[in-house]
Amino acid sequence: MNARGKFILGGALILGTVGYLMASGIRETGVYYLTPAELSARIEQDRSFYNVGLKMGARVVKGSIARDVATQTITFRVTDGTASYPVVFRGLAPDTFTDEVDVVVEGRLQSDGTFHATTLLAKCGSRYENAPHPEGTPRTQTS
Amino acid sequence: MADLGNIALWIALLIGVWGCATAFVGGLKGRPDLASSAERAMYVVWGLLAVASLGLVYALLTHDFNIEYVASYTSRNLPLWYTWSAFYAGQKGSLLFWAIVVATFGAVAMLVNRGKYRELMPYVSGTVLSVVTFFVAVMVFSENPFERLPFTPPDGNGLNPQLQNPGMTIHPPLLYLGYTSITIPFAFAVAALVSGKLDTGWLHAIRKWTILSWLFLSAGIVLGMWWAYVELGWGGYWAWDPVENASFLPWLTMTAFLHSVMIQEKRGMLKKWNLGLIIGSFLLSIFGTFITRSGVISSVHSFAQSSIGYFFLVYLILSGFAAFALLALRWPQLEAEAKLESMVSREAAFLFNNLVLIVIAFSVLWGTLFPILSEWLRGTKVTVGPPFFNQVNVPLGLLLLFLTGVGPLIAWRHASTANLRRQFQWPVTALLVTMIALVALRMGDGWAIGTYALSAFVVTTVTQEFWRGVGARMRLHSESVPLAFARLVGRNRRRYGGYVVHIGIVMLFVGFAGMAFKSDTEATLNPGQSVEARSPYGHTYRLQLQSISQFERQNAFVTQATLEVYKNDRYIGMLKSEKRQHRNSLNENTFEPSTEVGIRSDIREDLYVVYAGSVQGTEQSVFRITINPLVWWVWYGGMVLVLGGLISMWPGGGGPTAASRRRAEPAGYVAQVKE
Repeated sequence: MNARGKFILGGALILGTVGYLMASGIRETGVYYLTPAELSARIEQDRSFYNVGLKMGARVVKGSIARDVATQTITFRVTDGTASYPVVFRGLAPDTFTDEVDVVVEGRLQSDGTFHATTLLAKCGSRYENAPHPEGTPRTQTS
Repeated sequence: MADLGNIALWIALLIGVWGCATAFVGGLKGRPDLASSAERAMYVVWGLLAVASLGLVYALLTHDFNIEYVASYTSRNLPLWYTWSAFYAGQKGSLLFWAIVVATFGAVAMLVNRGKYRELMPYVSGTVLSVVTFFVAVMVFSENPFERLPFTPPDGNGLNPQLQNPGMTIHPPLLYLGYTSITIPFAFAVAALVSGKLDTGWLHAIRKWTILSWLFLSAGIVLGMWWAYVELGWGGYWAWDPVENASFLPWLTMTAFLHSVMIQEKRGMLKKWNLGLIIGSFLLSIFGTFITRSGVISSVHSFAQSSIGYFFLVYLILSGFAAFALLALRWPQLEAEAKLESMVSREAAFLFNNLVLIVIAFSVLWGTLFPILSEWLRGTKVTVGPPFFNQVNVPLGLLLLFLTGVGPLIAWRHASTANLRRQFQWPVTALLVTMIALVALRMGDGWAIGTYALSAFVVTTVTQEFWRGVGARMRLHSESVPLAFARLVGRNRRRYGGYVVHIGIVMLFVGFAGMAFKSDTEATLNPGQSVEARSPYGHTYRLQLQSISQFERQNAFVTQATLEVYKNDRYIGMLKSEKRQHRNSLNENTFEPSTEVGIRSDIREDLYVVYAGSVQGTEQSVFRITINPLVWWVWYGGMVLVLGGLISMWPGGGGPTAASRRRAEPAGYVAQVKE
């Protein structure tokens, strides 16, 4: 076999391995990304969807955040305007986590209807935009 | 000033369009009058954008809160340096910053190259102007930084506290410089394709530019990692977030180009591939902007969602189509002048290096876009996170590290057994010794052992190169060690700078692998109480909460936790971690409280303490203590990388001409001297 053929063979070997790693990586580590409305629709179709690892993207309901510093537990509600779920998260919330901020929680929906989150990501519209807007100053983005 | 800036933007738009048109028409019709008009348009647009930038900076520094952008990103009590950084901290300002930087690079490229590459220059100026004009158009039609408010608020919102960090003031501009400077190589590639001047001329013209933009991207990425590490408080520096990935993608393709271009210079191969890499890098830099600003992929980092993402998407598709159509048009003129002769050759090592870099880029792109792809294909969004990226990229990274050691030492065309033995007996010995030693020390992680063994391999190859090079000079020119070393590097800057970059890469890998051994401890403490955290090296840290204090700073109210740190019961110092509530000059709270991490760093490990808050009304406080081994190596590896890049592109002797004169000799400079 000439050098070109060998290179193509070696390249195919690398590509094959990577393809396998990518496919198995997605199968084993990929998680659903749902909104509360999509999650509740799925649960209605398929009861076994409880306790499946997933990510939920939603907005924190204003005034719903309760923090217990001693046990490091944070409870709050999230909504997308249609459906709403209570969330329990144990750990340190990011600085940007606050009322009415967009969050992504990763975890499982329990059969009692609460979402147990293992990770909590908060986004303040953007890291470059402001979160709260005191009276008298302009609201820059309405995302 | 602000109105002047606004007017300058509009005029820049008109002149940009004029310059684009005259550049391409002038080039195609052979009309030098039009071509030089386009060149002048480049300078004028630069001047106008400079006026607009000054206008915005002036408005920021004079607190002109009637301008929406100024009111949104600054406040009266914001420190001066951060007020300046607000120029590029927000969407609109960063577009202006982007435009002025591309225009500056374009004008410099024009000044430097106008005499040398006459046939290329009209298209270069046309392409650069088209990019600048696009950004200006986005500003004037959608995101004008000079937009006024119907009223003037007494104070502005202030800058997001997470951006009030020295790293964050330098990281975005460096990344922008990296993204934008790819425009120049891209413009030359387009010029070569349009004009049909496809010899190595355009490659010589862009060599320094490609290193420069690679350098800016590298520095920007490492600084971004540092910022995330010290400011965000989650204990790591890389999370495979879409926005991070977006900056990594063009870095990968540029790295691939910097290697594969050597094959084209020495052997006349890979011409299509190199053009493709430059076009791809440019498109990926625009793609990064699209990802960051459109909100199509959810990221913790993205700018506010806005429609301007779609400007970028349309631009991405149009420019991608045009560039690849040009490439297809010139396809038959881009045949290779030589063939791959052996798998055991530098060409093959570089080909594999390129393959691995591109496969990494592809897998990162795939993982980043997977939520969108899965929604199209299966109707449900599925996301992948760090486990996916690590599973795919750790093996590829190690293969790349191996090739980093092989590529520079193996002979061109076909390496003989003698060449292999001469070059690799010591590096392979170092690899095996390290591996055995680490297994004997019971290091528990196979990937980490692989990383350290390969690191030893690469470091030995580089050391051997320096050793032999210095030795040869000392014998031939009877020079002392320092002089021989300085001349060796000085006369072959590109090559030895490249070796220094490789050392930097090894240091980064050493740091990355250290994260396999990180450990977390959470604790709730009253003053006087303490918590223990065990280091992977075997010693134990004990942290005792001394006090919680509160005080005012220029623009923030600070709650500070002070801890005494004991290592194996020996006192080694204090650590402070803070919660800061930022305020504007009217004493109103702005933003959520932000965390300042307490970090104690040495060459072996970082002790990383986050103060998460206290129970209301008490001093009972919650901490997370993380031990991050070998993080130091990431930051210093980044510096070594930049140093190597600077050596490579330093102007003067040993530059392009000297390097290209030495054609494919068997084992490089050393062998040439000895034989």
